[in-house]
Amino acid sequence: MKTLIKTLHAALLSTSLLAAAGAQAADVEVLHWWTAGGEARSVAELKKMLEAKGHKWKDFAVAGGGGENAMTVLKSRVVSGNPPTAAQIKGPSIQEWGAEGVLANMNDVAKAGNWDGLLPPAVASVMKYKGNYVAVPVNVHRVNWMWANPEVFKKAGVEIPKTWDEFPAAADKLQKAGFIPVAHGGQPWQDFTVFESVVMGVGGPAFYKKALVDLDQASLKSPTMVKALETLQMVRKYIDKDAANRDWNLATAMVINGKAAMQFMGDWAKGEFSAAGKKPGKDYVCVPAPGTASGFTFNIDSLVMFTQKSADAKKGQQDLATAVMNPEFQEVFNLNKGSIPARQGMDLAKFDDCAKQSAADFTASAKSGGLVPSIAHQMAVPAATAGAIQDVVTQFFNSHTMTPKAAADKLALAAKIR
Amino acid sequence: MADMSVAHTAGASKAGRFIIYGLLALVCLYYLMPLFVMLSTSLKSLDEIRAGNLLSLPGGFRTDAWVKAWDSACTGVQCEGLKGFFWNSVSFVVPAVVISTMIGAFNGYALTMYRFRGSDLVFGMLMIGCFIPFQVVLLPMAQTLGAMGIANSTVGLVFVHVVYGAAFTTLFFRNYYVTIPDELVKAAKIDGAGFLRIFFSIILPLSVPIIVVSVIWQFTQVWNDFLFGVVFSSGDRQPITVALNNLVNTSTGVKEYNVDMAAAIIAALPTLLVYIVAGKYFVRGLTAGAVKG
Amino acid sequence: MNATVLSSTTAPAARPARRCRWCDTLDAWLPKLVLAPTFVCSLVFVYGYILWTAVLSLTPSRLLPNYEFAGVAQYEALFENERWWQALSNLAVFGGGFIFICLAVGLLLAVLLDQKIRAEGFIRSIYLYPMALSFIVTGTAWKWILNPEFGVEKLVHDWGFTDFRFDWLIDPEMSIYTVIVAAVWQSSGFVMALFLAGLRGIDDSIIKAAQVDGAPMPTIYRRIIIPSLRPVFFSSFMILAHIAVKSFDLVMALTNGGPGFSSDLPATFMYSFAFTRNQIGLGAASAMMMLMIVVAVVVPFMYSEMRRSRHG
Repeated sequence: MKTLIKTLHAALLSTSLLAAAGAQAADVEVLHWWTAGGEARSVAELKKMLEAKGHKWKDFAVAGGGGENAMTVLKSRVVSGNPPTAAQIKGPSIQEWGAEGVLANMNDVAKAGNWDGLLPPAVASVMKYKGNYVAVPVNVHRVNWMWANPEVFKKAGVEIPKTWDEFPAAADKLQKAGFIPVAHGGQPWQDFTVFESVVMGVGGPAFYKKALVDLDQASLKSPTMVKALETLQMVRKYIDKDAANRDWNLATAMVINGKAAMQFMGDWAKGEFSAAGKKPGKDYVCVPAPGTASGFTFNIDSLVMFTQKSADAKKGQQDLATAVMNPEFQEVFNLNKGSIPARQGMDLAKFDDCAKQSAADFTASAKSGGLVPSIAHQMAVPAATAGAIQDVVTQFFNSHTMTPKAAADKLALAAKIR
Repeated sequence: MADMSVAHTAGASKAGRFIIYGLLALVCLYYLMPLFVMLSTSLKSLDEIRAGNLLSLPGGFRTDAWVKAWDSACTGVQCEGLKGFFWNSVSFVVPAVVISTMIGAFNGYALTMYRFRGSDLVFGMLMIGCFIPFQVVLLPMAQTLGAMGIANSTVGLVFVHVVYGAAFTTLFFRNYYVTIPDELVKAAKIDGAGFLRIFFSIILPLSVPIIVVSVIWQFTQVWNDFLFGVVFSSGDRQPITVALNNLVNTSTGVKEYNVDMAAAIIAALPTLLVYIVAGKYFVRGLTAGAVKG
Repeated sequence: MNATVLSSTTAPAARPARRCRWCDTLDAWLPKLVLAPTFVCSLVFVYGYILWTAVLSLTPSRLLPNYEFAGVAQYEALFENERWWQALSNLAVFGGGFIFICLAVGLLLAVLLDQKIRAEGFIRSIYLYPMALSFIVTGTAWKWILNPEFGVEKLVHDWGFTDFRFDWLIDPEMSIYTVIVAAVWQSSGFVMALFLAGLRGIDDSIIKAAQVDGAPMPTIYRRIIIPSLRPVFFSSFMILAHIAVKSFDLVMALTNGGPGFSSDLPATFMYSFAFTRNQIGLGAASAMMMLMIVVAVVVPFMYSEMRRSRHG
């Protein structure tokens, strides 16, 4: 720790000296909401790398609501003609920002760094606007995980369900044995996360893609969707009554301490298990949500680059982009975050089994066509549409009167909102 | 209401007094509960929080959470706690409060002592301005500040707070000055004193109570503001509320409730202090006329 | 008191002032000059921005403002949005409940505190301190207290009453009422201070005279004291209405609009549509509706109040 502080000090000192000497020292300002302990440490790594290149890191963290506040700040900054160097933006939003004409072209850096060779096409296409790189990915999260406490399953004498058909029987037994079958937090995005895993499990990746990525009206109203919604209703029965408005990590804690059997959540949940000193495979297991073994719903965090005025700032921006793609950074960041590196062909020796499986499934599903963007995490459709669909899902999830058929019709209606 | 009559009549019955005190005490509990919960939580260890309930007392006097919130909790890339952000907040809160109070005093004075055609209209217009939801002004204000070249600077932030605070301070001062007899100013006018002279030599010395009210109100509003602070401050000069929000809202990771609570109390300390120290003058200032309008 | 102030402060002014022609003109213009900056600021930063919002509400703006004309499409979309109607009805419930309870509690506490209470200063500070806290702090603390797993419900269960239910926070039908509970906690002390100040300002001799006439205290309160507090009701109402319309941080911190969107208010609706969902046009339309509601409720009230004060 002390040495870290010392090196930081030295780095700070040297950068200020450099700045004084008039060398190329640009302010690199990155708007992000990685403020939790592990995440903050990962970003600090990025800061160190840039400072080593003589840039000054201006931290610009705005937490809250999955970036809700950060987006407000970003819009204000862009409108005032004062955009940050880069901002944490992901998915189709990158296209929307690109259409506003405020993003910087990173093709030179990408070419020098051979990004096309290092990034899988599914990831690269998200990072490009009209064929030009405008963003750089930091990680790949898998959303369709189910986190289970094997101890609880053993006590109840059931196997971890692999399909939604097996699910009710197992959940009933868990309930009889005095456990809460499903740990859940009743916040709209969590409802939505469960929903997308259920849709994929019931309809398969191809159906998921048609309904929730291409927003095909017929698929949204199809019997398959109705069946998925019925399944969601069934899952709801196995959630405890206090779930509403619970933070996701509290739900994870219920699985950790054996109160609940399983939780549907992306791989950031792993951080909670690690923090509690639990080992994957032994104290907890990560399995794909029922019926989704061949699919992979991805959630990629990325830094989007905004057009800079001065040459110094541009240099800083390019160095930032290069640093993010650096294997060391990709490793450190993802070890802390629970995700896998977006950069392919890296040595995963330091990663745990869940991450290794995630990486293997990522490659396999990319080949089989099971690799699809997560709609609940703003990867699949524009924010307005995703929001409207989320409203329907959470309304259905919290309502005791809406029928699955009616909900499917509403989904189809919401999907028309652009 | 029946109790009051008893209380006011000569031999206030003991039962009546008892009920009054009982009621007041009960309400005190309601008001104190959140503070108690926050304080006791901030002194507990995480295990105690998980095991205990709302009213369970901390096992010992542990200040780790406080030290961490002040010194080493992560608010972004730096993990240096809230201490640096304290000064950031002070640096824009003080000018914003002073300027908006001064403007309010002048406005209130002009609106009451020098009524002109349409002065009520101006006042009404300012009042309705209080009701504009701040979310609405974020984008146009950002554009304006950008055009003025003070976007994301302390100057810009002070400017925004003064613009939207002035309506309230004007309301306070206007309602206060309405109660000052007109003759006072008329006499001075006859004596040949001008606008500024009357203000500084007659009105201002009488204004101490309402200045206290205005300062307290503005100080709490500006100190506690999050939305303007997050949008209009520069990235490295964020106010303490933004830091608190960063500290409390961790998207992934273990929630340290004790640190959260300690941080929340730390962020609220200056305003709490102001209320406790100046609370007496606050009610006095209000009594002196702020509420007559 | 007025006499002493007069004599002491006007004495220096009585010296023959040097006069000049433009001084007089300047002096006549000074009040307006002093008001001018605030007036202009208000024109630009309030009314100008409202106009700008009105323009945006007629455009298809999404991520950032753009100025194509789209007619009233955004309003149509708004009126078809179930979430908007939920937010509006919540505003009615919340605004009505919050303002009424705050006024009632504030008045009651002020009257109680005005009975020559010992330790009045101490009790008053306790009632007032919530006003000093930001809504983010309040929301975080109340979230704990109202949470069935950690809060009051668990506490009562631990005492042995295991049938006790207090789960408003997680009940879509009741969640908006938890916002009222927390908001009342925050603001009623301030209203109490306003009323207390009003009570202290009432001329004792009127009350004494009524007492001499043999009027019982409840009657005196009903007929004399409370009616004379009318301006306080006005000020309190304005301040509370302003808090109610703008309530945003509290909802965000306490329920985040949930469960589902059952505790959404127009302010949170507008924020999430304009900034998170990239539907600035729709957000602007909702903001315009909000402003119209404010104008419809507040302006007639203010107008009648100001007429009153001018004539009375």
